[in-house]
Amino acid sequence: MANKVVTDEVRANVGKQGEPRVYDVERGAIRRFAEAIGDLNPIFNDEAAARETRFGGMIAPPTFCRSMGSAIPQVALDLPGFRALDGGSDWEYFKPIRAGDRITVQSKIADIRETAGRLGPMVFIVVETSYSNQFAQICVTQRSTVIRY
Amino acid sequence: MAQQFYFEDLEVGYEIAPLEKNPTTQQLVKYAGASGDFYQIHYDKDFALANKLSGVILHGALKNAFLGQLMTDFAGDAGWLRKLSVQYRAMDMPGAKLLAKGRVTKKYVENGEHLIDCEVWIENEKGDKTTPGSATVALPSRQSA
Repeated sequence: MANKVVTDEVRANVGKQGEPRVYDVERGAIRRFAEAIGDLNPIFNDEAAARETRFGGMIAPPTFCRSMGSAIPQVALDLPGFRALDGGSDWEYFKPIRAGDRITVQSKIADIRETAGRLGPMVFIVVETSYSNQFAQICVTQRSTVIRY
Repeated sequence: MAQQFYFEDLEVGYEIAPLEKNPTTQQLVKYAGASGDFYQIHYDKDFALANKLSGVILHGALKNAFLGQLMTDFAGDAGWLRKLSVQYRAMDMPGAKLLAKGRVTKKYVENGEHLIDCEVWIENEKGDKTTPGSATVALPSRQSA
């Protein structure tokens, strides 16, 4: 089946990287995020209690990375509308993100594919994002799928 | 603090204690502020209605966060959440109870790590799995403790 929307020209976006963005992780931002999601775990909320754990201090909850947005290369698609859905994410966790860390966030287009949906072509754009700390250690990777139709 | 699970304590089929969540519109506003996701379908009812929704809807990422909490609680301070995957299959609205649930599907040792794979999901009041996914946690072992 020939692609209608995901042409060779569109596919050429695969591998394209966005500009890196840098964030200083503040303890208050971690606590505010934990409060917003309703997670009272002391390792995300209480510095004194977190110091007693093997982490040695407050760390960020697994989806805190959501608050550190990345620059995602724009993919121009010949679609009638601008409808987009967040299809989901695959996260991998290597090191904790700690209060005081300086995190560099960078995204790249990992894949673009097309299927025939009920309402016409559906395009799946897979974006891979890495979150690295000030020691150049990768803390978290995220693979998310945006569906456009 | 909840009990710390060790690798040996768990068998395939073990059901993780469900985490109950009762998201409100206020929580969606807090989440918008904390995450920086200000898409209006999550807090502006008129905007949501104009977009053919029956009201404001939860951020998919908030449900992802609930599953994150389920799994970091399960892993405990001595464990570590290695992987978490979620798929947003259906919308959820504030004002209704949600349950984050999980079940052990596999246990194995890999590169010296004691790993537990789980099936995880968010379930609505009707029992539909609106947000299915999977997770892997590394747990301490009684043998290497």
